[in-house]
Amino acid sequence: MNKKLDISSAVLKKMYITMLRIRKFEERTGELVAGKEIICPCHLYIGQEAIATGVCSALHKEDYVFSTHRSHGHYIAKGGDIKTLMAELYGKITGCSKGRGGSMHITSPDIGFPGSSAIVGGTIPLAVGAALSFSLRKKDNVSVAFFGDGATNEGAFYESLNFAALKKLPVIFVCENNFYSTHMTISDCLSDTRIYKKAEMFKMPGARIDGNDVLKVFKQAKEAIEYAREGKGPSLLECLTYRWRGHVGPNIDLDKGLRTKEELESWMAKCPIKRLETFLLKHNVLSKSETHQIEKEIEREIEKIVVFAKKGSFPKANELQKYVFTED
Amino acid sequence: MRKLSYVQAINETLHQVIKKDKNVFLIGQGVTSPWYVGATTVGLVDKFGDKRIIDTPVSENAITGVAAGAAFTGMRPIVMHPRMDFMYYAMDQIANQIANWYYMFGGQVNVPITIWGIINRGGEQAAQHSQALQAMFMHIPGLKVVMPSNPFDVKGLLISAIYDDNPVVFIDDRWLYKIVGDVPEEIYTVPIGKGAIRKKGKDITIVATGWMVQKAIESGSILQKDGIDVEIIDVRTLKPLDKTLIFKSVKKTGRLVVADAGWRTCGVAGEISALVTENIFETLKAPIKRIALPDTPAPMSSVLEQAYYPDADDIVTTVKNLFK
Repeated sequence: MNKKLDISSAVLKKMYITMLRIRKFEERTGELVAGKEIICPCHLYIGQEAIATGVCSALHKEDYVFSTHRSHGHYIAKGGDIKTLMAELYGKITGCSKGRGGSMHITSPDIGFPGSSAIVGGTIPLAVGAALSFSLRKKDNVSVAFFGDGATNEGAFYESLNFAALKKLPVIFVCENNFYSTHMTISDCLSDTRIYKKAEMFKMPGARIDGNDVLKVFKQAKEAIEYAREGKGPSLLECLTYRWRGHVGPNIDLDKGLRTKEELESWMAKCPIKRLETFLLKHNVLSKSETHQIEKEIEREIEKIVVFAKKGSFPKANELQKYVFTED
Repeated sequence: MRKLSYVQAINETLHQVIKKDKNVFLIGQGVTSPWYVGATTVGLVDKFGDKRIIDTPVSENAITGVAAGAAFTGMRPIVMHPRMDFMYYAMDQIANQIANWYYMFGGQVNVPITIWGIINRGGEQAAQHSQALQAMFMHIPGLKVVMPSNPFDVKGLLISAIYDDNPVVFIDDRWLYKIVGDVPEEIYTVPIGKGAIRKKGKDITIVATGWMVQKAIESGSILQKDGIDVEIIDVRTLKPLDKTLIFKSVKKTGRLVVADAGWRTCGVAGEISALVTENIFETLKAPIKRIALPDTPAPMSSVLEQAYYPDADDIVTTVKNLFK
């Protein structure tokens, strides 16, 4: 146990591996999209890894996570199989959604990941619903809604916060504030950009944290999760972060005039993975050769899953209408 | 057999199913009110408490999603909308999330939810308190849509909807609430996807939905006196539609009138007409006629309301014109 943090070395190491797996998965996905191997729209999570990792590291397997169009990181951090995730991006029957969903609609029901959805704000009420079910059935579980800063413009966000607070439901609202809602900056969208402040009007705890510091995210999430498990109700966490790539696809989009090179580079200097790595090296949780070995292992794993994804079959055209209803 | 009114049948069903099954709960605007939703929910909160009979703030979108989220965990929620007009607020949850969920995740997460929408029109309530949106929901893949027309069916179909593993839009109509009929005391089901013949006849088929089934039955007696023997089909379920029953009847009579009190354009009546012409055109002796609402918002003034809603006389006139 690291006394300074009360986080065991095993957990710290696992967080490092998770973040790196997300990063490597996303970087490889970006290459495959650029090479037109993958066609479906992919919203990459590069730069934001600490949030999914910090929050999910504080959850149990039976806890639920609801995700968005930018979903790969949440899926991986919750324990989703990256082999079937990659196959899904290829549209294969071996994909986690059997080639029906693609990047924006991924699922892993056995690990409390019922699905991600592409409608901004759409999964926030669903997370509250899972929390209601836990509460009604007196289960000890919690539910997490991940969403971006853009989603806080949706009515569903406010309706959900109010209802969850009203009924004291075990849900944690995790806003990943990356300062951009597709092409628009946050200050072009929100009259008050302090998203965590919105918690006050619903009488729930709200906190703004550095979303690139996985240890801070973990600690704050743990607090909110325990608060929810104790039946005290929901919390809102605003995690400040930055997506390195554009809204969708592998490009960095500097040519589109939406953001500056300086801005991007200043955030890249605050890389969440580098930051944890430096910390782990300093505290002798991992050595340089161990981090190197971890990186190589992950790279090998990623190449294997790409082979798996390519090898899989496409769904049969005559099964187009399968899964509309359970009887199909 | 014991008689109950349509509204009593709904109320009894809710009492019985919520008592029997801990996974069933009711959520929506007005579910603890003694008048807001007719008498459908009378006594529920006293018996089961406010944890399972959840009255909600006016947040249709979130509340519908909340019910769906609970359904993902294996519960069987009923989410109630006191007027269908208000369901537009919930369309993201219904059309984007609930309807798509099973398909877009390759059949791995089903949504066993009953989305209960009440048609509550007339009484000069005008455009935003009168809508019948069955066609809207019938259009969306992944939703089943039922529309019971009598007390027996409302109980059996509500139970089927609750226990279906798919999302079911359950539509009732407050104009039906006072209708009395045979209702068994025990829990029973009416199968989703099966229509029923309300009157056998040989000259013409009238296919009707919900409230229009009652109007069709009235028109059937009038037409009988005039020597026209109508066969009346109550579709009961709009999706999946019992095409077999409809086709069999039209093949026999050669004539078809479809009556649905939703808007005409892209409506239920149009869909049923298209299915018949596409599949058994050669059996038709006359053009198919639709009886539907005009493509007009619901009016207020009672004179306009009377002109707006079709009734038995409209069916009688339409049928007679086909025999001129």
